[in-house]
Amino acid sequence: MPKILDRSLIGKAFEPFDVMVEAGRLRLFAKATGNDDPVFTDEAVAKSRGYRSIPAPPTYVFTLEMERADPFDYLDLLEIDPGTILHGEQSFDYHQTVCAGDVLTFENVIADIYDKKNGALQFLVLETKVTDSQGAAVAEMRRSIVVR
Amino acid sequence: MMTQNSSTSSDATGEILASLTKPPISRHTLALYCGASYDHNPMHVDLDFAREHGVDDVFAHGMLSMGYLGELLCRIAGPEDIRSFSVRFSAIVPVGAEITCTARHAGLVERQGETLTALDLLAVDADGATKLMGSALIAINGKNS
Repeated sequence: MPKILDRSLIGKAFEPFDVMVEAGRLRLFAKATGNDDPVFTDEAVAKSRGYRSIPAPPTYVFTLEMERADPFDYLDLLEIDPGTILHGEQSFDYHQTVCAGDVLTFENVIADIYDKKNGALQFLVLETKVTDSQGAAVAEMRRSIVVR
Repeated sequence: MMTQNSSTSSDATGEILASLTKPPISRHTLALYCGASYDHNPMHVDLDFAREHGVDDVFAHGMLSMGYLGELLCRIAGPEDIRSFSVRFSAIVPVGAEITCTARHAGLVERQGETLTALDLLAVDADGATKLMGSALIAINGKNS
């Protein structure tokens, strides 16, 4: 039976942080995911298709969120072993296209903690708000993590 | 968050708009994705760590397969046309899995003054077993079509 997660942490907000969207890392992401559309690697192609620079693919904001110093700080806070977690659900709502050169601000909050099967499976829901350097909405993410 | 396709139907509902089969996921793929995604959870790359946690082998990041679905979406519309995208990870994707993604037309939805196309998304392995199920809302304006 896993440790009971501390529900008093529901609503806990983490310190906002900024991430610069880098063209080189976008290229590596395209390579790692085997996406051969040159719009995701070649700035000239991206500009010819009307983007200000290389655009980020749809799940990329999730990987930007992982770029901070300790992307698993919420696991430490809740005393969760990373070997016991599974990604249950993931959703994105988008308001703007992200491109190389952007500087984005990420704000995380523990949105929910609950259990099923009398505590045998626990669920942690994290929500992330992503804004641009002007404070305008870029995306919202919601991830549900299963703790076995 | 996501609202399911509630309103209207279309003659095209159920039609497969696009599909994509990716090469089998190798350990090399997982190492590349670990670095590229900044998801450094050892469960996906370190066999010793996996075994210490009672798992026989490493397994793929769920977000790698969601990335494949994202690539599929970008064959239908540009990143700027995607309004929402969500999945449920139904089963673990093991090393060697060959993932096929499909997007089916699921009707039209009015949201915030826009007419959006709802898509039902599926990622399955070579045996047809479901790995991810999801949905997306996109503003198709003829691009890439």
